Amino acid sequence: MAGTQETQQQVEEITGEYKYGFSTDVEMDMAPKGLSEDIVRFISAKKNEPEWLLDWRLKAYRAWLKMDEPDWAKVNYPKINYDDVYFYAAPKSQDKPKSLDEVDPELLRVYEKLGIPLAEQEVLAGVEGARKIAVDAVFDSVSVATTFREELKKAGVIFMSISEAVHEYPELVQKYMGTVVPQRDNYFAALNCAVFSDGTFVYIPKGVRCPMELSTYFRINAENTGQFERTLIIAEEGSYVSYLEGCTAPMRDENQLHAAVVELVALDDAEIKYSTVQNWYPGDKDGKGGIYNFVTKRALCKGKNSKVSWTQVETGSAVTWKYPSCVLAGEGSVGEFYSVAVTNNLQQADTGTKMIHMAPNTRSTIISKGISAGRSQNCYRGLVKVLSGAENVRNYTQCDSLLVSSTSAAHTVPYIEVKNPTAQIEHEATTSKISEDQLFYCQARGLDEEEAVAMIVNGFCKEVMQHLPMEFAVEAQKLLGISLEGSVG
Amino acid sequence: MLTVSDLRVSVENKEIIKGLSLEVKPGEVHAIMGLNGAGKSTLANAIAGRSDYEVTAGSIEFDGKDISELEPHERVGEGLFLGFQYPVEIPGVSNLNFMRTALNGVRRYRGEEDMSAAEFMKLVRAKAAELKMDVEMLKRFVNVGFSGGEKKRNEMVQMAVLNPKLAVLDETDSGLDIDALRVVADGINAQRKNDTAILLITHYQRLLNYVQPDVVHVMIDGKIVKSGGKELAAELEEKGYADVA
Repeated sequence: MAGTQETQQQVEEITGEYKYGFSTDVEMDMAPKGLSEDIVRFISAKKNEPEWLLDWRLKAYRAWLKMDEPDWAKVNYPKINYDDVYFYAAPKSQDKPKSLDEVDPELLRVYEKLGIPLAEQEVLAGVEGARKIAVDAVFDSVSVATTFREELKKAGVIFMSISEAVHEYPELVQKYMGTVVPQRDNYFAALNCAVFSDGTFVYIPKGVRCPMELSTYFRINAENTGQFERTLIIAEEGSYVSYLEGCTAPMRDENQLHAAVVELVALDDAEIKYSTVQNWYPGDKDGKGGIYNFVTKRALCKGKNSKVSWTQVETGSAVTWKYPSCVLAGEGSVGEFYSVAVTNNLQQADTGTKMIHMAPNTRSTIISKGISAGRSQNCYRGLVKVLSGAENVRNYTQCDSLLVSSTSAAHTVPYIEVKNPTAQIEHEATTSKISEDQLFYCQARGLDEEEAVAMIVNGFCKEVMQHLPMEFAVEAQKLLGISLEGSVG
Repeated sequence: MLTVSDLRVSVENKEIIKGLSLEVKPGEVHAIMGLNGAGKSTLANAIAGRSDYEVTAGSIEFDGKDISELEPHERVGEGLFLGFQYPVEIPGVSNLNFMRTALNGVRRYRGEEDMSAAEFMKLVRAKAAELKMDVEMLKRFVNVGFSGGEKKRNEMVQMAVLNPKLAVLDETDSGLDIDALRVVADGINAQRKNDTAILLITHYQRLLNYVQPDVVHVMIDGKIVKSGGKELAAELEEKGYADVA
């Protein structure tokens, strides 16, 4: 796995400052700052969208105008001035490149600097045994490179940008978009519906096991550019797909807004595994800069015995507001949530999940590991809800918090609403501080303090990390260490 | 190899080591014996560089270099090993991963290349076999759910893998049954063949039935009050500390 090694080496080059803090000189094609119906029309026109989609966006925009920004999360940030945000930016290029050779070398250099696992390049270069990962590389808002399309096509898998899907598979997009996360679901979801720039569309036909892991790398590059990605994954009856999402962003002084929407639909006996490593710029030691990450991720387990598994490793962003959830509507369906959230310096994370048990015999598992360092705030917020008609529901929740510093805080806010007496709900929670004895033991074996912290924290997160695909696990382990550099105290 | 001169160590502003001197030459085995509270473990921790053990006077020289300002991992890099009285559990971290990270940390400190996974596996399997440690134990989380004997055996395997110039073993013999005690003794004797100097810190004489020390020191109230050959240990056992000192 030369690609993995390469990633590892690149990540190892970290010197303590945020490694990905650079920006590139690619010319941008921007909409003016601020949001209005005209901007929504501009975005839609830029993307040459059909009328129905423009109408859909406008409807969302009008709904958004009447909504209020949520304030219940345990996060604090200055009020966002939506008139001062760019809602559309795309790298300048006339036609879409047909292969990586045609991609702006500046962009490729960016990916290289980011340490994206370049297993993809190995395959292109004909390296034997390299595991195939299709990378739909999203640079700012528009897909610039999509590979492996051919092989996926053979399997009948559709993997493309959502803008392309709007043109090529409008009936599928129309059928499912907005059905899992309705336009008015929340303030940020409504905003996304109005201005979403691009994102990924995946469709796995009946009975197909997707032949490779699918991944998308998101990046934010332009100053003041809001990022409004939209992902829609549909797994037909009896199908399986594993999707990986990873993020990094260059260093910028001004806060950057990101409000993504991810919708997953699993039909009878289908399984979707969705893994995220989120490493956006968290701001500097004094809390200056950093990404605001307000994401709505939800899965609808629509079919009988369907299964959705969310795994996330959240190390980045100044403010995280994110609750990947499962609506268990199909009888016997299964929802899983495995999460590691690391906060350092002045980062704030309010993250967790919602498991909505609507149907009988549905099961869910929640494993959450929160690590707080520096002066950060780390909050698990979760809901387990069992509706009255849902017999024999089972849920197991485990929330563990690890304090690395004495100036950070960990909070656990579990909500449990059970309307059916046959439900079995278990909740376990622990909070601990990293022990001096563990640290010294590691140091007395030759690890420096930071390696020792990274090792202990990785051990603490083991139950979650083992759910990550291998390519990500290596990167994620390194990231945990990097995120906690200089955090002991 | 190790020269401790007029060492004074305080923990939470309380002086525990009160002017201690000690010289250990390459390949020698020294036993430091003393009752609970004599300051034996404090000495071990101070040599290893634990941060809350403050050296207020004197020096610790290792291989001709004053190490008293070095970080603990740097001392390991210089060739020091501390065997723990109570080896610490690290949940979620496999023994193998732990040892490999440790070994590569030491190699990097010395400006050497990391050891490849294959080479490492070969080394660790050989060392585990020598010390009769089940290979399955290597895959388990560090010390988690290990019996007292298994933990100490694990310390011996770690020592063998790191192959130090000097091993300070802090009550490595405590809480062991006779079979486990033999294993620890075998580990020490094997390491001794590699010219590793050993500083055995112990409460009891029984380990010394299996490991022949070159020098025995008696420690009372933060000082070495008497040093002698291996016969001193037997004398201690017979007469007790008060009379010998």
